[in-house]
Amino acid sequence: MDLSAINPVLLVASLIVAAVPFLLAAIGELVAEKSGMLNLGVEGMMITGAICGFAAAVQSGSPLTGFLAAAAGGAALSLLYAFLTLATLANQVASGLALTLFGLGLSSKLGRGYVGIKPPASATLDIPVLSDLPVVGRILFSHDVMVYFSFALVAAVWAFLKYTRAGLILRAVGENHDAAHALGYKVKLIRLMAIAFGGACAGLGGAYISLIRVPQWTEGMTAGAGWIALALVVFASWKPWRVLLGAWLFGGVTVLQLNLQAAGIAIPVEYLSISPYLITILVLVVMSADRSRAPASLGRIFHASQ
Amino acid sequence: MLRRTFLGTAAMALALALTGGVHAASHSDKVKVGFVYVGPVGDGGWTYEHDKGRQAVEAEFGDKVETVFVESVPEGPDAERVMTQMALDGAKLIFTTSFGYMDPTINVAKKFPDVKFEHATGYKTAPNVGTYSARFYEGRAVQGTIAGRMTESNIIGYIGSYPIPEVIRGINSAYIHAKKVNPDVEFKIVWAFTWFDPAKEADAARTLIEQGADVILQHTDSTAPQAAAEAAGNVYTFGQASDMAEFAPKPRISSIIDNWAPYYIKQVKAVMDGTWKSEMTWDGIGPGMVGIGEITDAVPAEVKAEALALKDSIASGAYHPFTGPLKKQDGSDWLAEGETADDRTLAGMNFYVEGLTGDIPQ
Repeated sequence: MDLSAINPVLLVASLIVAAVPFLLAAIGELVAEKSGMLNLGVEGMMITGAICGFAAAVQSGSPLTGFLAAAAGGAALSLLYAFLTLATLANQVASGLALTLFGLGLSSKLGRGYVGIKPPASATLDIPVLSDLPVVGRILFSHDVMVYFSFALVAAVWAFLKYTRAGLILRAVGENHDAAHALGYKVKLIRLMAIAFGGACAGLGGAYISLIRVPQWTEGMTAGAGWIALALVVFASWKPWRVLLGAWLFGGVTVLQLNLQAAGIAIPVEYLSISPYLITILVLVVMSADRSRAPASLGRIFHASQ
Repeated sequence: MLRRTFLGTAAMALALALTGGVHAASHSDKVKVGFVYVGPVGDGGWTYEHDKGRQAVEAEFGDKVETVFVESVPEGPDAERVMTQMALDGAKLIFTTSFGYMDPTINVAKKFPDVKFEHATGYKTAPNVGTYSARFYEGRAVQGTIAGRMTESNIIGYIGSYPIPEVIRGINSAYIHAKKVNPDVEFKIVWAFTWFDPAKEADAARTLIEQGADVILQHTDSTAPQAAAEAAGNVYTFGQASDMAEFAPKPRISSIIDNWAPYYIKQVKAVMDGTWKSEMTWDGIGPGMVGIGEITDAVPAEVKAEALALKDSIASGAYHPFTGPLKKQDGSDWLAEGETADDRTLAGMNFYVEGLTGDIPQ
């Protein structure tokens, strides 16, 4: 056992990277759920985004095109969910689960020709002076663009929900869709946009795995990340900054347990392996003890006649 | 009206399915062979090689054989369901290709005494269940030799999947041979508790690299650790289960290749001829079940020659990778000078050899 082998700076730097896919997918799902739509298809949208982004990046040679395609792919798949739940008034839980299964199958079909290919490398953002700073430079200023984009997205979603009129309307739709409808807001249109946003974010999260974190295409490569993202939203009590905290916690303990194992620490590996799930759940359960609740109309079907 | 048409169509479909089923069963000249895979066929590693074996069976026997496979089957009750379905669909021979399918295979085999089962890497047999495995530890000995020579930090990272005898044998064999050529070498072992999870495997590889490892050995199935090593720069890796040549000449400097095709063809033939019997097959480099992928130019010529010489002496049977004197991790004696390990001990290996640190998860 040799704890000195673990470099805390590298540890924090890699936890930030490990948290990005969960963060992106969870923040998108948060917006969808705030509008009252429970979309359990995050895993399916992530994996679809992963292959769409990978294929586009390989074809075009540009990671940026890849990420755009991933967002488009995730959003396109989420429109299927929107059609099922908003137009045909199908059950949201069942539609979401179906979306996951469909996404997994679709992605392996799309990915047939892309196994074993390397994607174009994404540039890390090296800010000349800042990234040379000791400790802080490595932790904060030497990541790829998507890391900063995910932070900005969390801040933007938070500000949007809290301070803008559009954010207020979105929340009103999620709290009481009948009242919002009575006030003349287009409930279905607003929900459609929220779902598409959630799909685009999940797609980006998936592409982050296939283009940067792994980086390659293999079937089923998101390996349950979408479910983690779903859980993070609930435990974060639908609050953007807590989603960030939850994602870091999960990413952090995941990276830490690998480090402890490699350092040969004498804790049984099984406990280390379940620790990310346990600790994240525990901390967020404790934090969610305040009075914040799920959006009141979450998961309920809206029909203008009722 | 709509419902009536629906019911009518459903009944017709059912009738068709039933007659179709009888039809297929009456055509007994075609032998149906089933394959149960633990990962996707596109994993580029373990399952990919098994599927190449399946394709070789199809190519060999043409329209005398029909193969079916189910991929990404979890190790547990699901596996039992998949095997049962295959047997009910008329499969005469079923290959179950992961260690965790051992008990499900035995359970299902009891229910279908006329169907032959072949379970990979396990140790339980029955009158209609045989096992087959490859002596991967022979390949690990070659890898360990190259790894011990190539490391400059003297830290070799090892990504384990599950703490089962097959994986532990690999770690021991690699360590013994790395230590032999480089007495200062140290192994850092991370257990991923998965056969296939690219993101987790990449994280594990990255962690090992951050802790100073400059050679990474993996016993998981995806190519993610290769990509992580490539991104990190000065790190060497070995292809696992499949050649993974897309990462050559660096980081991938050699590989262990599983070659199941000859065995699958032989066993399918045995079922066709009615000569199949339950056996425990365990072949290594010699018979060609374990292949060593091309050692690239990133490896110095003398190291390459040394590795190839070791490979040849293992293939000819002149050298056994577990040859004494060897001690167990706790310092107790295992093999005396010149003694070699017997297959029984190897098949159930649950201890590290002396010098390895850390505990095997129980």
